[in-house]
Amino acid sequence: MMGRILVRRLVLVLPVIWAVVTLVFLLIHMVPGDPVLTYLGERATPEQVAEMRHRFGLDRPVWEQYIHYWQQLLKGDLGITFFDRRPVTEKILGRYPATIELALAALVVAVSLSIPLGVTAATHQGKLADSIASVVALVGISLPNFALGPLMILLFAVKLRWLPASGMGGLSHLVLPAITLGAALAAILTRMVRSSVIEELRQEYVKTARAKGLSERIVIYKHVLKNGLIPVVTIVGLQFGVLLGGAIITERIFNWPGIGTLTIEAIYARDYPLVQGCILVIALTYVLVNTATDVVYRMLDPRIQVE
Amino acid sequence: MNRLAKIGLIIIVILFIVAIFAPQLAPESITAQQLSARLEGPSLAHPFGRDQFGRDLLSRIIFGARVSMRVGVTVVVICSAIGTLIGAMAGYYGGWIDRLVSAFIFNTFLAFPGILLAIAMIAFLGPSLNNVILALSIIGWVSYARLIRGQVLKVKEQDFVVAARALGSGDLRIVWRHILPNAIQPLIVQATLGMAGAVLAEAGLSFLGLGVQEPMPSWGKMLDAGRAYVTMAPHMIIFPGLAIMITVMAFNFVGDGLRQWLDPQQKRI
Repeated sequence: MMGRILVRRLVLVLPVIWAVVTLVFLLIHMVPGDPVLTYLGERATPEQVAEMRHRFGLDRPVWEQYIHYWQQLLKGDLGITFFDRRPVTEKILGRYPATIELALAALVVAVSLSIPLGVTAATHQGKLADSIASVVALVGISLPNFALGPLMILLFAVKLRWLPASGMGGLSHLVLPAITLGAALAAILTRMVRSSVIEELRQEYVKTARAKGLSERIVIYKHVLKNGLIPVVTIVGLQFGVLLGGAIITERIFNWPGIGTLTIEAIYARDYPLVQGCILVIALTYVLVNTATDVVYRMLDPRIQVE
Repeated sequence: MNRLAKIGLIIIVILFIVAIFAPQLAPESITAQQLSARLEGPSLAHPFGRDQFGRDLLSRIIFGARVSMRVGVTVVVICSAIGTLIGAMAGYYGGWIDRLVSAFIFNTFLAFPGILLAIAMIAFLGPSLNNVILALSIIGWVSYARLIRGQVLKVKEQDFVVAARALGSGDLRIVWRHILPNAIQPLIVQATLGMAGAVLAEAGLSFLGLGVQEPMPSWGKMLDAGRAYVTMAPHMIIFPGLAIMITVMAFNFVGDGLRQWLDPQQKRI
């Protein structure tokens, strides 16, 4: 059974991976004019341009470049950078752990805020606590990380001097970026947990559990939450990739040395191969996390297989 | 509609008025620099203070509304048009067209998280207002297409459609006259939430330096500029931040309110 689910998902995901790689490959050909000329600037000599075009294979026919791109990619080679002609893969691997660390921390922030908030809102449906949780969630969705981040720096780093404003170091450096990145997800998850718990509370087994004389706490946290969290798990998986995307902005706010900062630096420097590499790695991570989430989801909830 | 949605609607109307009449409403020119008053805090004459070049922040926020609304409306219109066309085609014809669109094209576009694809496209095309609109439309149409496809699938087997077909109506007429009118309500909800998304994305891109270029003001760009002066001039991040938040919240309020109002079964916040 498990094997079949995996195979089915793989068959579905392979064309998507092909399309993503192709799109990213084509990006460099979207540059108006010539990417090498754009990088080197007006003052470059024709010899310099020709040398660089040749070095990066840009003087070859596009289909040849495309096949070469795939051949290199399958070996884990994303080419070399325009700037210092070092391997793109090496640059990305140097920065990726920092991004994963930030995204995981944001996930922890989001989950640990949203479960208590969502459960409280659901068990107090229509009451004050529910309204407060709902408004907090809406504010969280509407407040973009690039506004929240600087505001938190203003409050916690500049005014109160509790936490560092930027850079990477101990746990204290992680707090503000993780909250900034996790806030929107926390808001989305709070709404999910709330509606999911409300849905579960209507089920028969809840009546049974209550009739058995179980305390409300046990009913909620042992029975309701266990079932209610299944759709939430999917959202967490799907949103993990969104966190990776959002990390670009958050990393820039806090000078966090991850792949997001690397992407932006590469864009400013017009180092196109490096930009391509960063975009490709982020997108592929997202696709793989989504696929894994889907498989886990189907394992958790056998009903989905009936379709 | 609930109370929050009504408040949201009022804010949206005000936003559009501000955007349309920006030249009449702004107290100063957006480029007028007064270097002796750099970073000046809020005062009665300049309620939002001045920026690092001594430009009046209120005027720039008023003109920033123009950019936000223009991007939002254009992107939503383009996305609804493309999304409706492709979604209706996939849902109505089914078969291999549907499989191609829904299993392959949708998934490919959804394989890029958030605004990553927009960032990627602008990185290569170069930053400008038009490229922002182009990039956001390319990433945005998919959710409209998915919605319309789902609606079409729901409606197309119903009796009135079968009857219309039996009476000899052509495909185009059936889709246009019988199927799409049933999909218009969720489309309006989607468009309202899409406005929030587009405003947010434009601000995010401009924050990264990938949006509109000087001297055109954008809330996201103003926020970015303010970061360097966070200790001396916190008003430079507070006011653009509030502008973005209030705008996005207003559209979210209305979108949520409409969804609840149109579909009472789906009780959300």
